[in-house]
Amino acid sequence: MINHIPVSWYLTLSAVLFGLGVAGFIYRKSVITVFLSIELMLNAVNLTFVTFSYQNKNIDGHIYSFFVMVVAAAEAAVGLAIILTIFKNRGTLQIDDIDSMKL
Amino acid sequence: MNLWLIPLCPLIGFLLSGLLGKRLPKQLVNLICVGSVAASFGLVLFLLSKIYPVDTPVSEHDFTWIQSGALSIGFDLTVDRLTAVMLLVVTGVGLLIHTYSIGYMDHEEGYGRFFAYLNLFMFFMLLLVLASNLLLVFVGWEGVGLCSYLLVGFYFKEKFAGDAANKAFIVNRIGDFGFMLGIFLLFIHFKTLDFVSMAAAVKGMPVEVGFGTLGVITLLLFVGACGKSAQLPLYVWLPDAMAGPTPVSALIHAATMVTAGVYMVARVAFLYDHAPAAMHIVALVGLATAMFAATIGLAQNDIKKVFAYSTVSQLGYMFLGLGLGAYSAGIFHLMTHAFFKALLFLGAGSVIHGLSGEQDLRHMGGLRKAMPITFVTLGIASLTISGVPYLSGFYSKDAILAAAYESPWPWMFWAGAATAGVTAFYVFRAYFLTFFGKYRGHHHPHESPFVMTFPLMVLAALSIGGGFLSVPNWLAPMFPITEHGDNMQPMIISVAFGIGGILLAALFYVFSPSLSDSVKSAAGPIYTLVLNKYYIDELYAATIVKPLTLISRTVLWRGVDEGLIDTGLVNGLGKVVRALGEVARRWQSGSVRNAATWILAGSLLLIFILFLGVNR
Repeated sequence: MINHIPVSWYLTLSAVLFGLGVAGFIYRKSVITVFLSIELMLNAVNLTFVTFSYQNKNIDGHIYSFFVMVVAAAEAAVGLAIILTIFKNRGTLQIDDIDSMKL
Repeated sequence: MNLWLIPLCPLIGFLLSGLLGKRLPKQLVNLICVGSVAASFGLVLFLLSKIYPVDTPVSEHDFTWIQSGALSIGFDLTVDRLTAVMLLVVTGVGLLIHTYSIGYMDHEEGYGRFFAYLNLFMFFMLLLVLASNLLLVFVGWEGVGLCSYLLVGFYFKEKFAGDAANKAFIVNRIGDFGFMLGIFLLFIHFKTLDFVSMAAAVKGMPVEVGFGTLGVITLLLFVGACGKSAQLPLYVWLPDAMAGPTPVSALIHAATMVTAGVYMVARVAFLYDHAPAAMHIVALVGLATAMFAATIGLAQNDIKKVFAYSTVSQLGYMFLGLGLGAYSAGIFHLMTHAFFKALLFLGAGSVIHGLSGEQDLRHMGGLRKAMPITFVTLGIASLTISGVPYLSGFYSKDAILAAAYESPWPWMFWAGAATAGVTAFYVFRAYFLTFFGKYRGHHHPHESPFVMTFPLMVLAALSIGGGFLSVPNWLAPMFPITEHGDNMQPMIISVAFGIGGILLAALFYVFSPSLSDSVKSAAGPIYTLVLNKYYIDELYAATIVKPLTLISRTVLWRGVDEGLIDTGLVNGLGKVVRALGEVARRWQSGSVRNAATWILAGSLLLIFILFLGVNR
């Protein structure tokens, strides 16, 4: 049944998701949303991995997607902790207010 | 033969008194510093008694100092007959002046410092005299120059002393520049700086007609000698150098250091023998200096300045002798001059000491009763420098003037003899103004202590008897004596000039003092000219110092240093980096969104490049 759906559709979906992630990362103002956009980009890439794995009949893509999930989980834990600390210290999560990494 | 021990003694003295001088009691400083020079003197005597008569030079190679390609400079010391004379003069007169300084410097600040410098000077001077290659001579040469600078500026709290020290050092730099060029040329030419090797190499060469390589070399070396030995046109530093303590004037600026140029020329006489044109210039410069300085001495009112110009003049005599090929006569005069000029200065120092620092002849007078020993010894020195028969100055001056008389240029003899008359006049002018007439000052004159008068007496004895040590005969194996005929004429003429000068001075300053004033006013502008030393200092200031200062201030300081280096290079470099940073910091806005945009742009660029690569 999957055979009816061409590979290019999966890749297009993945590209669209990745593009949405990039756009969200750049244009959204809340740190939380930016963080979600990163997750979106990661999962878009995961979808690409799985698609190619399926098409090439090769397990490598699946393994990579699990790696990405693990890293994403770890990153989510660290990232959320950073976001909490920032909020505690500054009382804001507006990304434009956090610009102390400059001279 | 441990020749190196001779200069080592004063070096140890210098180190001890220089490092610990402030903490040691005066007696211990005396013991160390005078003792070290006495030890050197003793060593010299012991050494000379062992190798007497010094028929063959005694050399030793202590260590190799520089070894680089063809250049091999050893720390080599040599004693030959010429060195023997110099060693005795330097350590003997040096010892007397060290002894004298105990008394003279008694009330002065910086007692240990003074003796440390004096010992350092002795070290370098002995090194200069003992060195058996020209580079080692140069080391001693520069070392004595340094000590001269330090001691002229001894009273460094006074501005004039510091200025005089600078002047002495800078004028000597000009001479040393010539000396260095001469050394370089010598090395290029001979591939060695060792005196023995150079003498052997030069032996086979023809005597130059006009100016060849040797002529240029010898002239450059003579430029160095002109600086150190205060000859025209570089003599200007020596009169100012009298700002130092009087024993320094006696030791460094009369007896030893300023004669280093004479010694050096005599040391490389083998070069001068092959460059007669350069020798003629040496003789002319010497004679011109002798006459020029003698006339300035006529009108000076500072007792030390009178003797300083006299030193310049007498050094001119020595160079006259050297230039005429009478090297041994020049060295003979060097030795007798060391005796009587040291005595003149020490006597002057005794007078200055007795008058609590008064140096102006116009505030002296009638001191013969208060200072009998100084009166007698200074009188002996004055008679000696005037060339009164049977005193030492008579023999040495006569040897030089006889050489001039026999030379192809007899006018040099007449000029030299006339200068002898002028010399006698101005020395006795100073003498009479000091000891005769009425006392014109307001201090209480007193005779100096025995530690000061004893050296005066010894030097007086040497001034009287020094002429019987026949240096020309002693040096005959090195510098053959040209046979003088039994011509008494030059001797009689020069003695007549000398006695005439003395009598004229007696007439002017003892019997009818008003006469000198009327002569003064009659001479009018000429007197003013001489009184102001021919305005040579002013001339140098206007033609050399002023333009140099101006160029330094405007071009070098404002232009090159501040403009080019500071603003251009240092600050310019900083500005460029800042401007670049100003551009680069735009990337570092600190905003996450900006960073993300740049990452995106970079990724797109990379993808684009990869895409191009794949589709090619």
